[in-house]
Amino acid sequence: MTSAELTARRAAARTLAMQGNATARKRAIRSLPLVVASLLTLAGCISVEAPDKPIVIELNINIRQEVIYRLAEDAGNTIEENADIF
Amino acid sequence: MKSVVKGFGMNRKFVRKMALAAAGFALAAGGLAGTAYAQRDPAYEAARASGKVGEKMDGYLGIVGASTPELQRMVNDINIKRRAVYAQKAQTANATLEEYALTAGCIAIARTEPGEKYQAPDGSWKTRTSAPPERDSRCPA
Repeated sequence: MTSAELTARRAAARTLAMQGNATARKRAIRSLPLVVASLLTLAGCISVEAPDKPIVIELNINIRQEVIYRLAEDAGNTIEENADIF
Repeated sequence: MKSVVKGFGMNRKFVRKMALAAAGFALAAGGLAGTAYAQRDPAYEAARASGKVGEKMDGYLGIVGASTPELQRMVNDINIKRRAVYAQKAQTANATLEEYALTAGCIAIARTEPGEKYQAPDGSWKTRTSAPPERDSRCPA
């Protein structure tokens, strides 16, 4: 004969926390690592943040200078070939 | 020439070097004489020498002091011609018109003669001396 049970069996509560009687202080101590971890993550986020505008400008200058160096010889010849307007 | 120098008892290698140098010089001189490009209009030349017009950073000619209709017409005429040349050459060189004009401006300023005017990076007009001109930091040496 089987005994009729409505729900699955649960292990008996052994600690105060399991019984839902943990004090606020104990809860705070237990959650401390989580708080520290989240704070560290936040700190990491702030340090990563960097302004991207100056970087773009520098890149632009570099490209222009490269172009100018590439064109220099050709432009010099152009000036000689068109001496009447230079 | 070779045999003549040899007669003086000079080193063979040196003789050959000299002959090559002479040949090179002759070729260069010939090349210069062969490419006789059109020269500046006397009015333009005078305006440059007197500092009425100067070379701008952007590759075009600018009026330095007071403008007259005659001066303005001359400068416009030259700048239109320059722009046409820049546009054509920039396309061939796969560059933009502005890039090519700026490069030409660098070189045109570098080639100004003492007494002529040019535009410094701060936008002001300077008189060229025997010292190198003040140019944009991006200009090639």
